[in-house]
Amino acid sequence: MKKLMLGNEAFARGLYEAGCRVVSSYPGTPSTEITEEVAKYDEVYAEWAPNEKVAMETALGASIAGARSFCGMKHVGLNVAADPLYTAGYTGVNAGMVIAVADDQGMHSSQNEQDSRHHAIASKVPMLEPSDSTECKEFVKLAFELSEQFDAPFIVRMSTRVAHSQSIVEMEDRQERELKPYEKTPQKFVMMPAFAKGRHVFVEERTKKLVEYAETSPLNRTEISDKAEFGVITNGAAYQYVKEALGDKASVLKLGMVNPLPVKLIQDFAAKYEQVYVIEELDGIIETHCRSIGVNNIKGKEIFGYIGELPQSVIAEKLLGEKKEFTALEDNIPVRPPVMCAGCPHRRLFYCLKKLGVTVSGDIGCYTLGAAAPLNAIDTTICMGASISGLHGFNKARGAESEHKTVAVIGDSTFMHSGMTGLVNIAYNNSNSTVIILDNSITGMTGHQQNPTTGKNLKGDPAAAVNLEELCKAIGIKRVRVTDPYKLAETEAAIKEELEADEASVIISRRPCALLKYVKHNPPFKVNTEKCVGCKMCMKLGCPAISMRDGKAVIDHTQCVGCGICKEQCRIGAIE
Amino acid sequence: METKSIMIVGVGGQGSLLASRLLGNVLLAQGYDVKVSEVHGMSQRGGSVVTYVKYGEKVYSPVIEKGEADAVISFELLEAARCLPYLKKGGKLITSTQQIDPMPVITGAAQYPEDLVGKLRAAGAELVAVDALSLAEEAGTSKASNVVLMGVLAARMDYPMELWQNAIEQCVPAKFLELNKKAFELGLNAQSV
Repeated sequence: MKKLMLGNEAFARGLYEAGCRVVSSYPGTPSTEITEEVAKYDEVYAEWAPNEKVAMETALGASIAGARSFCGMKHVGLNVAADPLYTAGYTGVNAGMVIAVADDQGMHSSQNEQDSRHHAIASKVPMLEPSDSTECKEFVKLAFELSEQFDAPFIVRMSTRVAHSQSIVEMEDRQERELKPYEKTPQKFVMMPAFAKGRHVFVEERTKKLVEYAETSPLNRTEISDKAEFGVITNGAAYQYVKEALGDKASVLKLGMVNPLPVKLIQDFAAKYEQVYVIEELDGIIETHCRSIGVNNIKGKEIFGYIGELPQSVIAEKLLGEKKEFTALEDNIPVRPPVMCAGCPHRRLFYCLKKLGVTVSGDIGCYTLGAAAPLNAIDTTICMGASISGLHGFNKARGAESEHKTVAVIGDSTFMHSGMTGLVNIAYNNSNSTVIILDNSITGMTGHQQNPTTGKNLKGDPAAAVNLEELCKAIGIKRVRVTDPYKLAETEAAIKEELEADEASVIISRRPCALLKYVKHNPPFKVNTEKCVGCKMCMKLGCPAISMRDGKAVIDHTQCVGCGICKEQCRIGAIE
Repeated sequence: METKSIMIVGVGGQGSLLASRLLGNVLLAQGYDVKVSEVHGMSQRGGSVVTYVKYGEKVYSPVIEKGEADAVISFELLEAARCLPYLKKGGKLITSTQQIDPMPVITGAAQYPEDLVGKLRAAGAELVAVDALSLAEEAGTSKASNVVLMGVLAARMDYPMELWQNAIEQCVPAKFLELNKKAFELGLNAQSV
């Protein structure tokens, strides 16, 4: 049966068909749907782990136990999981293990644009890279075979375009696999120096064999055109752009295995053409490899650069000098950046923080949007968990006075991911910092995934729920309180008190995400235009449902969920 | 046949994912190679959202760029104006007349341009502008503007209605099926303003 599938959905289908039994992941755009989709198959055990490191260790444990296993994450998640990755490269596997890492060329939903191929090279773990949904499924299945054949975990590198584009996939049946026997083999799985030295020798031998495999693997294919004026070496999403832009004007070497790279295959291909272009998004990894093996009739980064995606227009313009015609209006079209939704519980809290003029150490999630106008409330956002540890460092640098003027804000899921260790540091190393946990009872930004605080697991079944209040107390924070961000006076008073306190404190700002299905919405509010004086106080909240028309505020009834914070904000009672 | 390109654009939360999946399924049933490219994650939160639908004998790039779209379908007027450059010469621009102020307009940093329908028409686009929001509300919910606009598109494409009906059944949960069928019907018969 043929079906239109997202790359991520096809990836999940590949896991299912390959007989994968254990899946552990942490959500992150653009990787999330792989795990959500595979969880729909009853034959596969699938879970959300608190973070990517835990997920990868779980998958490795399952592989050692004899089950084909998987963990998925976005590019920055692989940094969190780098510790187990580098040593899993040494231990290898028992049953096959596949890791998905999804890069975000163009930074559609990320804080950096790192090229995860560097991790594959540095950890000496092989990496495949599909170009469409069909390949996602095929590559995953092959990755399991190769993982067992070469005794290595295999990374499959995704990108936003491959992960979030649907194309046609032919579905096949699952091949059920029994658990492989588990035998105690400390020289393979206990990585202390004496054993690890032996495994490093194995890893170097394995890489040589993988290079040999790459020379003739079906993953790397040459598409020769009789009309070709030049050759192109490419990978991943860029392959599709190359084919679209150049058609039969170029012969193409498509590399589906991006670590390790073949040698002779590239040398032979490049020898056929006077000029060869290396078209790869982000860093010049294939290009550098080409030069290291004496292939110098190439051009790459000097033409295409290191930033963003390389869609067909860029390739057509740079290599063929072709540009498409188009028309545009003369008007200035205002940008439409993402915003916190109408009814978002975070809005009121950020309004409070802005009003109090505090320095805000931010984190990764929907609430990062608190940095945008008109709230402009956030000072820093670095990576998952950095709000709390960063605040601690900020306050250690600037002293006691700073402790009364700064807060960290972090979501419930991010707190469980890597925020709580920062809080341990605050308690242990005694800074009087104030941390606000924005508990909206879900992992919001990635599209509503359960997490250890929500009381449900990935499959939606009841699960143990971490009690944030008790956890913070157990860590050593004595001042822990819960507030409702819809209530301005209460929230403002709580923040002021905790900032004044001469010890560390945690405020749990608790109100479920307004988009959750179980959250009941009130009827939309209306502006009484006779009362409205056009003072724009309500506009300061930055609610997308409120705008000005002819000097008066209006509320868009299709967006308003009746949260009422604008009603409280309006001093003259014009919102009813 | 040459690859055809249709862009579906709107504001995050307006349901462009459902619209693009619906269209994708119709084209798949018609026997084409199809690619549908979506945007997930941060950009979905009330920002400009763009999905690409491409079909033909063999589709490579899932992305549509400036000057490449045979049709642009927009759920919001400002987004239609923003995406005008993506339209090919002679391409169709189908838009809802709904206006949603973006944050720079809300904060007063920018103005929502006036008379966009007139300006888009003057720019030479083959324009179909309908009040999809009112039609969706007539069908039962403002959330069905996406399906109304698919009806508007269906009236201008040459595929059997049965395919559209099947696609709606595949893509819409059973309890909202009747409502969406009505929304589609209203779009099918809608005339441009």
